[in-house]
Amino acid sequence: MIAELLLNGIALGCVYSLIALGFVLIFKATGIVNFAQGDIMMLGSFFGLTTIGLWGMPYLLGFVCAVLATAVCGYLFNRLLLQHVVGRPEFQIIMVTIGLGYILRTIAGVVPGWGSLPQRFATPFDGKVDVVFGMPVSQERLVIVLVTAGLMVLLFLFFRFTRVGIAMQAASQNKTAATLVGISVPGVNSLVWALGAGMAGVAGILIAPITFVYPGVGYVGLLAFPAAVLGGFGSLPGAFVGGIVIGLLEVFSGFYLSEWVRNAAPYMALLAVLFIRPSGLFGVRLQKKV
Amino acid sequence: MQGLEVRHLSMSFGGIHAVRDVSFEVPAGSIFSIIGPNGAGKTTIFNLLTRVATPSGGEVLFDGTNLLGLRQNQIARRGIARTFQNLELFQDATVVENVLAGRHINFSTSIWQEALGVAETRRQEDANRAEADRIVDYLGLRRFRDTPIAYLPYGICKIVELGRALAVKPRLLLLDEPAAGLNATETQRMAHWIRDINTSLNVTVVLIEHDMRLVEEVSHRVLAMESGRVLTVGEPQEVQRHPEVIAAYLGGVIA
Repeated sequence: MIAELLLNGIALGCVYSLIALGFVLIFKATGIVNFAQGDIMMLGSFFGLTTIGLWGMPYLLGFVCAVLATAVCGYLFNRLLLQHVVGRPEFQIIMVTIGLGYILRTIAGVVPGWGSLPQRFATPFDGKVDVVFGMPVSQERLVIVLVTAGLMVLLFLFFRFTRVGIAMQAASQNKTAATLVGISVPGVNSLVWALGAGMAGVAGILIAPITFVYPGVGYVGLLAFPAAVLGGFGSLPGAFVGGIVIGLLEVFSGFYLSEWVRNAAPYMALLAVLFIRPSGLFGVRLQKKV
Repeated sequence: MQGLEVRHLSMSFGGIHAVRDVSFEVPAGSIFSIIGPNGAGKTTIFNLLTRVATPSGGEVLFDGTNLLGLRQNQIARRGIARTFQNLELFQDATVVENVLAGRHINFSTSIWQEALGVAETRRQEDANRAEADRIVDYLGLRRFRDTPIAYLPYGICKIVELGRALAVKPRLLLLDEPAAGLNATETQRMAHWIRDINTSLNVTVVLIEHDMRLVEEVSHRVLAMESGRVLTVGEPQEVQRHPEVIAAYLGGVIA
């Protein structure tokens, strides 16, 4: 029983991690707290529904196309919208992202074939069960964990070895210096948005069989905020671990306590962390040297 | 003309004229200093040259091309590098990594080549790292090579910034108060590097500086500014003796 809860918790946590990672990436690079991150995940779910469910693409191809489509949306959000409000007061920018979320939910409700009723699309893992270490394990959840783990490795290699990845770190550390050595900071920021949205897209497609697809599914993504804060807000490994912790917390509190507690548990953990360790589990205190 | 030409450059924001009708020429291969009291508009001129800020009027030509038509991140590709008065380094990165960042425009591999680790990627990486190491050695930073900037004293950071600027392989180097905060020995070393960069690497240098000894020692020509205007341009000693310059520095007590 505990093993099953553990896997369920980790799988759910992986989805939170993916959303939180995109969220932290965008925050680190652009300083924008993107409250539309959950709705971008919702967009990913609907793109998956379109490519795999409505158009009948093979799962893998449909998956890749849907993720790319979500990434392109992220790129365009920055290019057309957020790039123009950079430097404004934080509150205004936050309102822009909240507004963007509302607009995306509204659009999802009216696109032909999408709509507001929960839908689902078939995956090759539906109802299949593997046996791992002598225990029956739902394939759906196993895939979530494996895909997330694979993405983490790719992300690490991307930031460690590719010039774009290094340019992203440079631009996030010091925009003036990055521009000076020839990096186009707005260009890099749009790529970060594409990356962050793409990760949320992956999360949206992976979680679709569990939560179903509907315009409000992005609320699941709200749990990425406590995940990110738990991990220290600016830290990528922190966001990953924070996501897993939130997932486990939800599943275990839901089982051992009650469904009521399940929804509140992540936020209670969030408050506890903010009281005890305000900089998060992995946080470094941010200071600007003058 | 080869070198830098600034013509009738002006910049105002919110009713303040930070730079008013400033013109000067820096022939290729020379060292040119800009002096003046705080708030005279010296750093603003650097910001205008490197496209950090946009002028309200005037022209800037470097080797005949108009810099004002470029975007900020294209300046490095034109062979122009600069340092900052208040240091703009990558705080979490080490000394050699900061210098290596200056080599950014010298990489031309695509993300796919990097992902596949093709030989060309390795070759460019090695070449640029070797160049960064040469600069680290040249500036005597070997001891601090792998130390993150956040742990280093100000004087060392200033030299790292010079190193990053050199890594761009500039033809024009803009130094914003290179000797500020340095002690006498460090200033001497800075003077030596500035001259050496100018003569052996054939780099045109423009510097903003308050340390008059350094200015006199290295500059071919000096421009004195006050309240955004040019007071005078000339040989270092003649500028220093100029009555308006003395007045500007001493607040009009003598003049």
